[in-house]
This record gives sequence, C-alpha cells and structure tokens, in this order.
Amino acid sequence: MGTNLTIGKAINAGLRASMEHDPKVLVMGEDVGRLGGVFRVTDGLHKDFGADRVIDTPLAESGIVGTAIGMAMRGYRPVVEIQFDGFFFPAANQTFTQLAKMRRRSAGKLSMPVVMRIPYGGGIGAVEHHSESPEAYFQHTAGLRVVSVANPEDAYWMIQQAVRSDDPVIFLEPKRRYYEKAEVDTGVSIDAVTPMGAARIARPGTDCTLLAYGPMIKTALQAAEADVDHSIEVIDVRSLSPIDYATITESVKRTGRLVVAHEATLTGGPGAEIAARVTEECFYHLESPVIRVAAFDTPYPQSRLEEHYLPDLDRVLDGVDRAFAY
Amino acid sequence: MSQTAAHEEPELIQLLTPEGELKEHPDYPLDISAEEIRALYRDLVLVRRVDSEAVSLQRQGELGLWASLLGQEAAQIGSARALRPDDMAFPSYREHGVAWCRGIEPKELLGMFRGVTNGGWDPHEYGFHLYTIVIGSQALHATGYAMGIQRDGAVGEDGSAVISYFGDGATSQGDTNESFNFAAVNNAPVVFFCQNNQWAISEPLERQARVPIYKRAAGFGFPGVRVDGNDVLACLAVTRAAMDNARTGQGPTLVEAFTYRMGAHTTNDDPSRYRDAAELDEWKAKDPILRVRNHLELYELADEAFFARIDEEADKVGEMVRTQCRSMADPEPLDIFHEVYAEPNVHIDHQRSEFADYLASFEGAGAEGGR
Repeated sequence: MGTNLTIGKAINAGLRASMEHDPKVLVMGEDVGRLGGVFRVTDGLHKDFGADRVIDTPLAESGIVGTAIGMAMRGYRPVVEIQFDGFFFPAANQTFTQLAKMRRRSAGKLSMPVVMRIPYGGGIGAVEHHSESPEAYFQHTAGLRVVSVANPEDAYWMIQQAVRSDDPVIFLEPKRRYYEKAEVDTGVSIDAVTPMGAARIARPGTDCTLLAYGPMIKTALQAAEADVDHSIEVIDVRSLSPIDYATITESVKRTGRLVVAHEATLTGGPGAEIAARVTEECFYHLESPVIRVAAFDTPYPQSRLEEHYLPDLDRVLDGVDRAFAY
Repeated sequence: MSQTAAHEEPELIQLLTPEGELKEHPDYPLDISAEEIRALYRDLVLVRRVDSEAVSLQRQGELGLWASLLGQEAAQIGSARALRPDDMAFPSYREHGVAWCRGIEPKELLGMFRGVTNGGWDPHEYGFHLYTIVIGSQALHATGYAMGIQRDGAVGEDGSAVISYFGDGATSQGDTNESFNFAAVNNAPVVFFCQNNQWAISEPLERQARVPIYKRAAGFGFPGVRVDGNDVLACLAVTRAAMDNARTGQGPTLVEAFTYRMGAHTTNDDPSRYRDAAELDEWKAKDPILRVRNHLELYELADEAFFARIDEEADKVGEMVRTQCRSMADPEPLDIFHEVYAEPNVHIDHQRSEFADYLASFEGAGAEGGR
C-alpha cells in the first residue's frame, strides 16, 4: 500500500498510527493542538483525538519535558514537540538530569518512553535559535537514544518505532526537508521494518564511504552523483545513539575511505566520535584519514551567511577530494 | 476544561477612553501638555508605519521574517517614553516601538529580520539590550542588571532603573518566574512590563494563566498593576510611577499591559486557523492610535494640518525604511568568524584561514560555488 507523502506528513501519519495503536500515546507541546504545530506536523490530531491526548501546553519547555516524565511514570507514552532546536535549551535540565537517568536511578523500575521531536538544522532563512543542530549534546548523554530521519519512509516508521521504545528518544526532524516527497509503503508490518537503530546504505559504491544523516543525506546523495570520477557509497546513519558501527565499518573496510558530513559544529561533533571509532576498527583498511565536513566552530550565523556556514554540495565534494588526495 | 479567571473583568487603569475622553485616576495623576500628547501621537503613527512597511518588505522577500507590533503601539510607546536616558530596557523581539523611543534606527531591526545581523547595536549606547528570542530569558538579565545598579549605589532620585519586556506566554517560563523572585528578594530596581496581547502564537491566555497576570506579583511579594495597554497615557503614567519606585529603592513592580496582538504572531503565522475574526473587530474599536486622535480632535489640541503633517512624515519614514532595507548588503562570508571570542582562538583562526583558501579556490572558476 503506497502513499505519496512529505516528510512532515509522514511523521503526522506515523503519529496518528501510533495513537490509534496505543491509547496511552499522547502529544504535548506549544501550539501542537488547534494550530497543528508551527510546521503542521501534528495537524488534525487535536481534532481527532481530543484535548486530553493532544495537549497545548503553557509556553515552557522545561515544563513540557518535566511533565512528560511524570506522565510516563503514570503509564503514558508522551510525544513532546520542542518547537525549534534553539528552544530545547530551557528543557536541558529535565532532559539531562532527569529523563536520561531515571531508568538507572530506579534500578530499572521506571521506564521513560518519552519521544522528544525537534525540528532541527538550518537552511530556512530563519532568525536566531531556529537553525541549530544540537545532536552532539544528546549523543553525549547516556540514557538517551538519538535518531534523525532523512526521507518520508523512515519518517513514517521511525516515529512509530520511537514511540514504542521504552527508552527516551530524541527524534530529530530535518526542518528544511519537511516538504520532500516520496512514496511510503504503509502496508507492511512494523515488525518487518528495519530497526530504528540500524544504519542504511542509501547508495552503494566502492571507492569512498560518505556518511551523513538527516538534512545532509540529500546533499550527500547529490555529491555522490556529482563525483563522476569515483564510486561513492552513501550511508544514512539514522541513529546517532547508539551508532550502528557494524554497517559503517563493513563499508569502510571495502572502500578504504570515510567522509562524515553534518550541520553540527566540527569540534566535539558526531563526526569526531565516528572518526575515532572507525580509525580504531578499520586502521589497516584506511587509505586516508577520516575526513569531517561540518559547520564551523562559531554560533550559527545570521541567515544571509548560512549558505556559507552549512556544508553544501561543494564543501562535501571538497571533503571527498581531500580523502582522495592521500 | 473549566472557564478560567485570567480574563475576569480587569481592574484596568485607564486615563484615556477609546472615545478620546480623559479620565482621572487617584493613583496616577498625569500632568501632560498638548504638545507632549501630540508627540506621543507622532510616535504611535510612525512606529505603526515602520511596522507595516516591514510586513510588506517581508512579503516582497526583502525580510526573512517580521514580528508585527500592530495593536501594541501604545503599550510600547507609553512605557518607553517613561524611561530616562540612563535607564535600561531589556526587550523581547517585538519591541519595535520601544526601540524607536530609545533611538534605535529601524534599519537596525530590519537587519536582524533580513538576516544580515544578529542585532549588533551597542546596548549601553541606547539603554536598550538586544532582542531576545528564547522566551523569558531577558527577564533574568534585567534583574541581574538591576542588582548591579544596587551595588553601584545608583539607586535614588537621580538613579537608574531597569525595565524588562515580555509577553503573556513568557509568564509560563521558569526564567520569568525566577526573575520575579530574584527581583523580590533583592528588592531590585526593575519593572516587569508584560504586554498581555492575549495570544502566544495559537494559544489563548487561558492556556498560560488561571489568574490575571498582574496578580502573580503578590505571591512574590511586590505590587502588580493592570493597565489598559491600548491607552498610551495610562501606560506612560503607570510605567513612570513604577520606574520611579524602582529607582528610589522601593523595589520591583509587575505591570500588565492589557492589549491585543492585532496581527499574526509573525509573518509565518496564520491566525485564521485558531482565532475568531470577530475578536479582532472588537479590539479594533479600542485601537491605540485612534483614541489619541479622537482625544486631540475632541479637545481641539490639533488641527487637520497637524494630522496631514504626521501622515506626510509617515510616508517619508516608510520610504526611508524601504530604501534602507533594500540597500542593506549581505555580510562577507568571513564575517562568520567575527566576535566569537574576546581573545584569539586557534580553532577559529585555523577554520577562517582554511575557509578563505577554500573560497579563493573558486576564483577564476566562474561563479562561486559553480561546480
């Protein structure tokens, strides 16, 4: 059963399926109800599931995450929306000190099946705090699972997998790709779908592995097409915590090269961690150092500079060139 | 959900009725000349023009976004004209009228919404901090600044005070509530000026508060007042009194300016999805500019020539805003690396130099990025 959906609509359909499947699933956040969220990702849910299950919260991110923790203790599965990446930070305390640690603190007696949906990343010409890529903070925090989707198919299934997870999941939505459309097969069983934690080879190749996730997958695929001199394998890592190193190292051992591209800043970013691990596991197979293509170590700039700040097709190709220069 | 008390008939301080008649209030006597009222009218009209031009410029693609202040002109002009030069204002991101009164040129605000700058004006030069987007953060900054004033011994008749602007939505944030408490326990010289425009994007006041916002102050131990936010004279008088109290060591006040966001939350928003058009009509009758005009006409404090002159000036301001906005150049790519640290930083230096080489590699290869 195929349906043509945008990423935004696919998440919406996945949320709807989750709410139909399990009456304990709730949606909470600022403007998620009547408005359907500022990106309309929760559109129609308030109308169909009511205000008890689709909660327009007061304007307080710490409050949203903190009360979601309490709801989870009472047996609910809250899916909270943080309106923009830069507005996560007021909720940092509840997320890092409470949500991530509750299972460990309770010696496994408490689970935190909370999903935190965050539209993230740049490229939409926005004002400050609306274009950030905070994934490294989450990846660095034990107890959180971190995933990002790059296409409607993953958007539809991974949101449902995230809701069914008994661990807290940070669900990163590439806001500049919300309107990308593709066919989604909604007819299969969720049990037959690739697990949320597995990486996916988005394009096979033999000369160099190009790893990305979320909004950068489209750019990575374009770069692989554009480089007619080399056969580039693109991996969509999908899960940043945990990371599916089996798929990555199998690929790198075949290609001998790895380029990691992300919108997050360079230093201490996801690419640094992946580079270190791949160097350990694939040292004798590497033809070049692992190359990182990332945003600069500066605050996200004013939007008129974001085309220079964000790794684009040319910057990714430049990274690939650097890998082949060895 | 049960009906809440947040909308209960407000004990509203009003000095000017929608029809333009003056009302006296025992606690807020206002000695104001006709000339001063005309000057307020001018502020209101010109600021509304800056705002409507900015909305148009966004529609034309010249701005990425604009957060309109339509309907909130009196709250902003009235409160900001109560400030002294040495006072400090901490705005949210919709305080274009306050910025105007503090001497910030419209182009500075436009630059931020165009995406050529993240602010960039000197807050100390204008007594006006940068716009703050993460809701409620600035209320704590205002309180800390006020605590600094106390430690400088700058409290007294000739002292300084601070005003923090935020909206009804912000009253839900922890930072805002913490700032109330810090201000209270320190008796800090700060005024919290909440423009209750009834809507936090799509969420009505009932989703933020069960009691009128001004009543929050009592629980923290300082006075709260509700003023007609569409009455520029009342906003002026109430803010002046609150600032004078703060200045002279009598501590904080919460002023709730009861007003209405007549436009969308921002140019990205579509209020028809969540609110009734009839509500807007009701508030149009209380328009903050119309009532000053009614007053000036009713009391014969201005003639037709005056209103024509102001309209003409507004046209000129509109023209200036359009020209300034369209001629605003994009920053240079290497500007990304400016002002990240006070001291030289090896990461930044290295990345700047690498990026400069990278950009130079496109020179002579046709258009930049033309691979």
